[in-house]
Amino acid sequence: MSQKYLTPAKTRRSLLGNLSDTNLLMSITIVVFVLMYLFAIIVLGSGFLKAQTFFNMLNANAALIILACGMTLVMITGGIDISVGGMAALVSMSSAVYLDMHSGSVVGAILISLGIGLAFGLVQGYLVAYLDIQPFIVTLAGMFFARGMTTIVNTNPFNVQNEAFVKLKETRITVPFLGSYNKRGEYIDAYIEIGVIVALVVVALLFVFLKWTKTGRNFYAVGGNRQSALMLGINVKRTTFLAYLMCGILGGIGGFVYFMHVGSGSATHASGAEMNAIASSIIGGTMLTGGVGNIVGTLFGVLSLALIQNIVSSIGLDQAWWTGITNASMLCIFLIVQSIIIARRKKANLSSSRPAEAKGVKK
Amino acid sequence: MQAKTLLEMRGIYKSFPGVKALKNVDFTLHEGEIHALMGENGAGKSTLIKVLTGVHVKDSGDIFLKGHIPVQIRSPQEAQNYGISTVYQEISLCPNLTVAENIFIGRGKGAFVSWRDMNRKADEVLKSLDINVKSTQQLASCSIAVQQMVAIARAVEMDCNILILDEPTSSLDESEVAKLFKLMRDLKSRGVGIIFVTHFLDQVYEVCDKITVLRDGKLVGEYEIENLPRVQLVSKMLGKELDDMADIKNDVPTFDEKKSEIVYEAEELCSTEGIKPFNFHIRKGEVNGFTGLLGSGRSECVRAIFGADKVTSGRVKVDGKPVNIEKPIDAMKQGIAYLAEDRKRDGIVGDLSVRDNIILALQVKKGFFKPFSKAEATKFADEYIKLLDIKTASVETPIKSLSGGNQQKVILGRWLLTHPKYLILDEPTRGIDVGTKVDIQKLVLKLASEGMSITFISSETDEMLRTCSRLLVMRDRKLVGELKGDQLTQNSIMNTIAGGEQE
Amino acid sequence: MSNKTKTEGNIITALFRNQIFIPIAALFILALFNFIVDRSFFKITIGPNSDGNPVLSGNIISIIDYGSELAILAIGMTLVTAASRGQDISVGAAMAIAGSVVLRVLCGTNSRPDELQAPIIVAFIVCCLVAMAFGAFNGLLVSVFKIQPMVATLILFTAGRSIAAWINNNELPVVNDKTFSIFGNYIPGIPIPTPFFIALACFIIIALIMKFTNLKLYIQSVGLNEQTSRLNGLNPAFIKFITYVFLGLCVAVAGFIKVSRFSTINYSVTAKDIEMDAILAVAIGGNSLGGGKFKISASILGAYVIQFLTTTLYKFDVNSEALSAYKAVVVIALVVLSAPIVREKIAAVFKKLRSPEKAELKS
Repeated sequence: MSQKYLTPAKTRRSLLGNLSDTNLLMSITIVVFVLMYLFAIIVLGSGFLKAQTFFNMLNANAALIILACGMTLVMITGGIDISVGGMAALVSMSSAVYLDMHSGSVVGAILISLGIGLAFGLVQGYLVAYLDIQPFIVTLAGMFFARGMTTIVNTNPFNVQNEAFVKLKETRITVPFLGSYNKRGEYIDAYIEIGVIVALVVVALLFVFLKWTKTGRNFYAVGGNRQSALMLGINVKRTTFLAYLMCGILGGIGGFVYFMHVGSGSATHASGAEMNAIASSIIGGTMLTGGVGNIVGTLFGVLSLALIQNIVSSIGLDQAWWTGITNASMLCIFLIVQSIIIARRKKANLSSSRPAEAKGVKK
Repeated sequence: MQAKTLLEMRGIYKSFPGVKALKNVDFTLHEGEIHALMGENGAGKSTLIKVLTGVHVKDSGDIFLKGHIPVQIRSPQEAQNYGISTVYQEISLCPNLTVAENIFIGRGKGAFVSWRDMNRKADEVLKSLDINVKSTQQLASCSIAVQQMVAIARAVEMDCNILILDEPTSSLDESEVAKLFKLMRDLKSRGVGIIFVTHFLDQVYEVCDKITVLRDGKLVGEYEIENLPRVQLVSKMLGKELDDMADIKNDVPTFDEKKSEIVYEAEELCSTEGIKPFNFHIRKGEVNGFTGLLGSGRSECVRAIFGADKVTSGRVKVDGKPVNIEKPIDAMKQGIAYLAEDRKRDGIVGDLSVRDNIILALQVKKGFFKPFSKAEATKFADEYIKLLDIKTASVETPIKSLSGGNQQKVILGRWLLTHPKYLILDEPTRGIDVGTKVDIQKLVLKLASEGMSITFISSETDEMLRTCSRLLVMRDRKLVGELKGDQLTQNSIMNTIAGGEQE
Repeated sequence: MSNKTKTEGNIITALFRNQIFIPIAALFILALFNFIVDRSFFKITIGPNSDGNPVLSGNIISIIDYGSELAILAIGMTLVTAASRGQDISVGAAMAIAGSVVLRVLCGTNSRPDELQAPIIVAFIVCCLVAMAFGAFNGLLVSVFKIQPMVATLILFTAGRSIAAWINNNELPVVNDKTFSIFGNYIPGIPIPTPFFIALACFIIIALIMKFTNLKLYIQSVGLNEQTSRLNGLNPAFIKFITYVFLGLCVAVAGFIKVSRFSTINYSVTAKDIEMDAILAVAIGGNSLGGGKFKISASILGAYVIQFLTTTLYKFDVNSEALSAYKAVVVIALVVLSAPIVREKIAAVFKKLRSPEKAELKS
């Protein structure tokens, strides 16, 4: 009997079949992103060749990257957290009020932001992990609570005047060698905001967490098959709770980064951010059903959405609604692709274990 | 030379509300022994295993490890710590993780994962067990057989001394089973004690040293494999002594085939559920049965007839005309009815009332735009409540509050209400009191005499002998024999099921 | 216990047990609350409206008026929840689309025409077809691609308002027609607002459908046990699909009423957050958000409970945005109380209270 480990039925997809689900989906995302960028460069001209264009995408979406990372964590365990956008708005407004109306310090504002995120994470995590309530309902209520509280904290939007904060907001970190010439021929250095550094640090830390810590791997196990994870000795409740807790804290961090970017408090801030975070995660290769996902993919997911927005406005189309349509289409396509991949894998598994022809009965 | 005792379970009792699952059961396992644990449904096998692995806590009794150390096992984690590893029938691994991860996750010290070490150690284990798969491969892309092997590799890597295999071969083909057996023999030579729970007779005789038989929660006995011929094993599992059975003959009047046309006929019928293609026919007014041990494929055959599973091939004729039965509604329209084996999953709609459960099938048959009025529906329900003596507070009671036996009667009423040409009953008497069992058998005969064709599946062969005029015998997912007339005795049933050499 | 008290106890228990008790109790509590705080809440006055016709006005009238769209949506949402064990969060966005279609048909390409460009009935029919098509889209994702309902409907949620704006080229058409505005306001000579009658008509229609078809049995069966339903000849995928299409029809009617109120539309504001209210209505009606048995009349009452709550909060000058925070708290309380784990704990506590002797014996 030949010792080949790939049975004939599987060799034809051996190239793709050896990639794990996570890596396969992420690869698709990165390829799509690169292709879109090339398209933008070729068709839409030199604007896209400037490094600053890319950095601006990062600057504008640093908060979303952080929020989406939190979302990815929760989705890997098989859950979802729709309150992140509301959290961001609440954090912005609370920090704004603290800074301007209570003469607070920037450090204090950061602590408040983390505190809000932590509170949301604790409550939502408890309700989902220990009381076994559907995550969608819990976090939907969380979202509405956060948005409502934002208005209660302060009704009207306003810009923050606090000096220390404004300085922080305006800080530019120069990226050497990648500057460009503006219309007047002046050389302007490429720059990124502090938020981007925070976002990249978060991405790096979570990457390490998910790939190299046991707890991180437990996230995948719980999302992959909850019952099995239990049988394998993993504390499923604690793992789930931790995911929501981390998402909450990241919501606080992301909220503050958002606040640094916009410099104001408003009830309409981060509107739709949760859906963007979900879309980014899905496009980045995280599956709703859990067990599959990675941080790098999510990063590219956010960048893809940002790129689309850029392309759309470069073409001159009306940004607001075209972006909505394209985001939704991408989400739809990726969701369908995911469900097809999973269906195919399930079928291949069944067929390779139960061949249709009769096996001889043992003598 | 007496091998050392690894495990002794003495006087185990375990009850659940309303059910005494284990009554004074003993079980012994030695080093380097492959020990089969066998018994029909409800015999207590899985409860015994779960007590051993900490999923359930025993009510009383003792468990000794390594000859003399008494232990209490209160959780799967504790069982694991004692060196007891289990491979469940449902693969308890995570398909999205790699092979190596599945082997090592959930245990071990330290917060960080070293992929290189993990993969290397996994490769070592896999190699030592002759499992041909790379440790970096995603589990989902491996065949079920390999997944099963990986589960075993995990158990072995944990350095267990007792390995429990719960129905490991149900998804494996011949070559894969051979691999598994080689693995088991390797482990045996290392001194591991293996508890092998299975329904496949042939496999038991191929690889096991001892057999323990349970029936109705009690220990029937522990036997050396050489001392227990197949037929005796079967008789012990079914609870019939070989000598008694010679006299019990079928006492149903012989069915005159010549006087009756074929109502349903199938050739090379096959479904996705792993049964070999089979031929089947039934005549008007005939009662036939499918017999064989649990897991032999009886239910799968009738589900293929009803279109309940995905049918992959076969030609079907009803009343001589070729028809296409791909889904249940097709079968229902042809006048076929099917009372499923798994009442909870496939039979009752728990929160709906008794009335709604009774009229459901007929209602669907009649169509969307023709609902029965409440009065009509109540009338139907009352009719069958009376006919089958269903004990329920009212027609409005949710069916889930009825006892199992009464639930079964409601579902039976549902299908009888459709006045089928051909009624398939899969374990209709399971969980029903003795008096009603007899009533159902009498009902079956009455319906047959009125022209209904019936297929009757039951684990109790004497029930089938009292009602069927023809029995089809299944073993290991294949149709192996058909018994008619004089052949319908307990004895010949046993023999056909057991197969292999006689005595 | 004497026989008499036993029967009395039984009637009361029966009343308590009936699902419809929950929204009735809620209505009662709200009414009581308002009665205690300010009796004038219930005042109804009659006076001339802008056209000179005598109409009723007051808080109660506004509840039955503005609650109409919600009640109509609650009907469809109940069926969707019951069959597919999840909720459709796109109904608000879909209503925007429906309203936009109506305006487009009536106004054509001119955004302020003097005359209707098509008969109102045509506008209504087209709007129904479009909304049902979007419902079919959602239904397809859920029944064929087996995507979770909340996530599948996330797509339309994201894109819907953009689509609505696109239908009218981002303009805000205004319909200048007395007949059209009747649907959202008052029929001359009838003092009760028209939406109430439309809602009433919908209630009657669904009641007739329930009576003359097997819809309830089929949907309940599918929602409770898909396997058994299939073995009894039903087609669960199709049934789930149809519920989404039906919800689309409800969306069309509700959207039609909405644009008729103002004879125009605001793409981002119209029907905002109505999905949350609709889900709440279903839940307050005592229906399980996890699918299965349902009672439409209870959901309809639930819708009016939500509207009552909203009106009460407005009376206390709660900001319309802060409203959502209060609603969120109510949702969480409801969901926590209905969680199985919590129910068991409460039952255990009650048991202890009822048989203190046994508890004492134990200690």
